[in-house]
Amino acid sequence: MEAAFILEKLILVVIVFTVTLVIAMYSTLAERKIAGFMQDRYGPDRAGIFGLLQPLCDGGKFFFKEEIIPAGAHKQLFILGPVIAIVTACISSAVIPWGQQLTIGDRVINLQVASGINIGVLYIFGVIALGVYGIMLGGWASNNKFSLMGAIRAASQSISYEIGMGLSLIALLMVTGTLQLEDIVAQQSGFVNWNIWVQPLGFLIFITCAFAECNRVPFDLPECETELIGGYHTEYSSMKLGLYMFSEYINMFVSSALMAALYFGGYNFPFMYDLGLSENWITIIGTLVFFLKIFGFIFFFMWIRWTLPRFRYDQLMNLGWKILIPLAIANIVLTGVITLVKDTYFQ
Amino acid sequence: MQSLSNRKKVLEQKPMNFWERMYLPAIAKGLSITIKHFFKKIPTVKYPEQVRPYSKNFRGQHSLKRDEEGRERCTACGLCALSCPAEAITMTAAERTKEEKHLYREEKYAAVYEINMLRCIFCGICEEACPKEAIYLDGPHVTAEYLRKDFIYGKDKLVEPKFDITKLNQING
Repeated sequence: MEAAFILEKLILVVIVFTVTLVIAMYSTLAERKIAGFMQDRYGPDRAGIFGLLQPLCDGGKFFFKEEIIPAGAHKQLFILGPVIAIVTACISSAVIPWGQQLTIGDRVINLQVASGINIGVLYIFGVIALGVYGIMLGGWASNNKFSLMGAIRAASQSISYEIGMGLSLIALLMVTGTLQLEDIVAQQSGFVNWNIWVQPLGFLIFITCAFAECNRVPFDLPECETELIGGYHTEYSSMKLGLYMFSEYINMFVSSALMAALYFGGYNFPFMYDLGLSENWITIIGTLVFFLKIFGFIFFFMWIRWTLPRFRYDQLMNLGWKILIPLAIANIVLTGVITLVKDTYFQ
Repeated sequence: MQSLSNRKKVLEQKPMNFWERMYLPAIAKGLSITIKHFFKKIPTVKYPEQVRPYSKNFRGQHSLKRDEEGRERCTACGLCALSCPAEAITMTAAERTKEEKHLYREEKYAAVYEINMLRCIFCGICEEACPKEAIYLDGPHVTAEYLRKDFIYGKDKLVEPKFDITKLNQING
């Protein structure tokens, strides 16, 4: 029983890791394709049909490039930086419920790696906060003032927007009454119960903060890849740079999954119990629907990237501290008042 | 300062109203523009597989023509070289011997005929100057090379390949 349980979880972990990495890999292609289409061109389409082999070529190129560690760099921390970035990006997907339960024979398989953890949301926040260390260490260990400045920018941006993100989530948690992600998703069955209808303002704040947390346009100041030398990963080359970029795409995938799970009903889809499907089929379709929602969010991330210009640094800080945080607090108060009124007068 | 044309307009920068300061309507507008482009037809021509049709009077690489018996038409008169505004054409003339009658149409022919494709401006004046209808700019694009000397095209590249005129008639019926 115990061995079967471990095996089951191990298989699930491997599947989740593979899917995460493959999606992150193909996000790079999707980004370039979407950029192309939005600018009236094709994007990469030479490697394989529709350019499907492009990510493999890019990965191969990263592996074969010369690896440079600057003479003044702190070698251990220099290597540790990208490792922390990618590990924290990968492990944050552990508490996301990918689907309901699958029943094979008399075994019930939970499609969530760490199921039954009642601090799911907190865990994700902790891991995201750890992700800053990867950037900070990388920037500091490079022994380059530009890297350090990029890292400081990245760290201050992440930390400021984490507050807004957390506050917007508190309002959501007041509605759901639980920190357990599978419960939050299960509460949203159907279509009208999705949290987006209850917390539209909270979602707006959350998605803005998610953009900032992922260092995506319009908040990509830590990198400024279009005009500056590269921010915290200036001194990085070869696969270490690849790991940093990869971890960013994984972060994007995970935050898309988180938004889909928290606000857009996760694996729930309209009329899921009225179609007369068996339990397993509902689970499978639900998982596919969940991924569809995630891809929708990833597309939205990219769509925004090729639409908006970058914020100036003071604008970024103004938005984070003077607008989003007060707005999130107002949202909490509003949610509290509405909940109270509903409980007292409309029982 | 007073404006000379009286067409100067002083633009007044108004403070933004609430909706403009919200920034969200502007974002929505921007997103709608980019998504429109997402579904637009892409004008790219995928070049090596897909070639854009050339205009009928496109002037490409020169070719030295043959007559209906497959003999070179050029008589090395030098009018093309003389008329060339870029001075791209050089040639050396030679006299035709009796055994070479099947090779060259006139008694004099170009033993060496070179065009420097880096100098050539593809104006087509050589074509106009030629009294023997021996040179036409009816070829494809001149391709890139690694060395300058490779851009000097000799007769090996310029003279059009031989073909059997009788067979052509057969094909045409």
